Amino acid sequence: MELLSRKSKDEKKVLRKQIKASHTLLKHEGIHTTSKPTKHLVVANGGLGNGVSREHLSAALGEMGELEVLVMPAHKPYAFVTYSSDENALKAHVNLNGHKLQCGESSVTLYLGFVESVKCLEEETVSLPEGLTVVNDFVSPEEEAQLLASIDWSSICDQDTAQKALKHRKVKHYGYEFQYDNNNVDKDKPLPAGLPKECMPLLERCMKHGYISVMPDQLTVNQYESGQGIPPHVDTHSAFEDTIMSLSLGAQTVMEFRHPDGRLVAVVLPLRSLLVMKGESRYLWTHGITPRKFDMVPTADSDCPIRTVSNLAQNKLTLNKRDTRTSFTFRKIRHESCNCGKIVPSQHDSASLPGCQADAAHLEQQYVHQVYDAIASHFSSTRHSPWPRVCDFLCSLPPGSVLADVGCGNGKYLGVNPQVVAMGCDRSSALIRICAERGFQVFVSDALSVPLRTASCDACISIAVIHHFSTRERRLDAIKELVRLLKPGGQALIYVWAFEQEYNKQKSKYLKDSKENQRPEVSISSKQQSSVSGHSSVQTIRLFEDNENELYMVSPKQVTQVKLSVHTNRTAFNTQDLLVPWHLKDGKRMKISNTENSSTPVFHRYYHVFQKGELEQLCGQVAGVKVQSSYHDQGNWCVILQKDL
Amino acid sequence: MKLLTHNMLTSHVKGVTKGYPLLIKATEVKFNEVEFNPEFISRMIPKLEWSALIHAAQELGHRQDLPDDLLPDYDKNEEFLKKVHKALLEVEVMEGCLKCPESGREFPISRGIPNMLLNEDEV
Repeated sequence: MELLSRKSKDEKKVLRKQIKASHTLLKHEGIHTTSKPTKHLVVANGGLGNGVSREHLSAALGEMGELEVLVMPAHKPYAFVTYSSDENALKAHVNLNGHKLQCGESSVTLYLGFVESVKCLEEETVSLPEGLTVVNDFVSPEEEAQLLASIDWSSICDQDTAQKALKHRKVKHYGYEFQYDNNNVDKDKPLPAGLPKECMPLLERCMKHGYISVMPDQLTVNQYESGQGIPPHVDTHSAFEDTIMSLSLGAQTVMEFRHPDGRLVAVVLPLRSLLVMKGESRYLWTHGITPRKFDMVPTADSDCPIRTVSNLAQNKLTLNKRDTRTSFTFRKIRHESCNCGKIVPSQHDSASLPGCQADAAHLEQQYVHQVYDAIASHFSSTRHSPWPRVCDFLCSLPPGSVLADVGCGNGKYLGVNPQVVAMGCDRSSALIRICAERGFQVFVSDALSVPLRTASCDACISIAVIHHFSTRERRLDAIKELVRLLKPGGQALIYVWAFEQEYNKQKSKYLKDSKENQRPEVSISSKQQSSVSGHSSVQTIRLFEDNENELYMVSPKQVTQVKLSVHTNRTAFNTQDLLVPWHLKDGKRMKISNTENSSTPVFHRYYHVFQKGELEQLCGQVAGVKVQSSYHDQGNWCVILQKDL
Repeated sequence: MKLLTHNMLTSHVKGVTKGYPLLIKATEVKFNEVEFNPEFISRMIPKLEWSALIHAAQELGHRQDLPDDLLPDYDKNEEFLKKVHKALLEVEVMEGCLKCPESGREFPISRGIPNMLLNEDEV
């Protein structure tokens, strides 16, 4: 009797959990479960996102009957299975619902529910970054053993400057020492020993196959334990020649390539393969390895020679446990100036800028647009609270007003007043995607050419946008474009960052935050990285800056060179044209014990901070509009313009 | 992209004098129910280019029987406002492109987002 009631208690618990699971699936994923048995089941908790591999799940499900399809969506905590018959599916439901599945060291409790059908998305074809090649089985297991044995890790001592900088992966340099403080090498100081002789046969093979045309003279050996990685970076343009090769030994991994436009390609680097990066893949795309213990990879039966991890290849993904991987990265020290301009215009890391409209556009492309695309999700996570006085303006608009937010960022002002028709645009497609996911009406466009009808808007806002234009002419053009959009009588609100961060003896929030909040510390939760342990973000990434931390701008009218200095966050400005660093935090929460390891990728955004009266003066040059009011608000200069009737 | 947004969008390709209205070439159209607010629709109507809305709704097969010319007392005609509501706010182009009527330049729409960026030689 007692046993029976106990059992029913357990059954009740399973039922309760199952109902909860189906609610969660419906709420978050729109998956409807049905009580009527079908041959399709959703397996809650049995997903790649929960650390369940295809092999484990397939084995457990297969015991219940013949499987037709097993779909495991990328990063999701559930899977779908289709049996050959309803009976088998019912059997699986009876036997596996509420049961534990052991996956290596961990286990999960599965909850199953019937679904009407399983949507199996077609595999997306992912094209590799231009210039990227992966050569499988480039070295034999014997060569691999010899190469690994040639590295004497014991000789690394505390004095080793490179190792000191990298607490979370082992590194050793040959030929020249790579300096992590400036991501460069001292070209006049070659290391006493050259490259290990064991490397020579394979380098000659690379020459013979035409992967390289000159012998490399620098080798960096990295050893990554399971759970370690390397932050996304581009190898310093001015330090190394075009081609960079990396050999994967000991274990396979997944390397992620990111294009400034937001494209992401995850490439499997198999054991003993050679990665060759040239052209765009070397100069334009960043590459990095996410620190984690498991990689989502295509199943081994995929016959494609170079495997990329497509999020849509749901029925072909599984998990691969990472082992210790040693990479040999071969580079050739560059002695002449970089030729990247021929391959990717305006990408060079120490571009000096002559003064014409096109070059101003290039500066903004590099130091504004690309940066926002790269930092979009972190930026968005720090931009949640709308500024009160902007909200006041939005709420003062009559119901039914048409509003354009030009440079809308993550769209935080688009929903402030639900009574108006709000449209947003931004140059950053990554930010616009965030807006669209929030259900706002948005499009990608440039603030100098907004694709809206003339006089179609009752109001426009431009919040923290115009300070990103690098010449006075362009800032003026941006204001003229806003005015063009307005109907007669329509109003525009403009905010720009102020040179004066202390006004009327009041320090702005930006300055006041300096002690408690040196950097935007908000973490973004990323489902992908929920199982991450170990921290490896120690290398400062200088994706968009040169080695001296400065770049030169020539203003069109004067021929003198204006040096763009890098601003120190949360301090007063000492110049009007500058680069403001953005310290990118990645998806994982930094543990307190790891605070010492806090170097993060740094991106630089160009700003022109406005002096008192400058914004009004600029607006005064636009015909057909009047400055209705102007004010200083939390370190910004602000104006409200009204178009003449 | 809803047709309300489409009604405001225009092409700005260099040299183009009549970039409006943009032609819609849709490969995926979504239909979302949105709460009907007759007052809001009445307020919106005078801000629209009516013929562009009719044309766009027609292209997408959601014209219903909306007339070529705006009805005079539309604000009192709830049935009419409901149809306008449907065309303006409930039909959403998810994939496809917008085509400039003069230059033929196509602007892609992906995941509901038109990309209106121009190349350097087009501005």
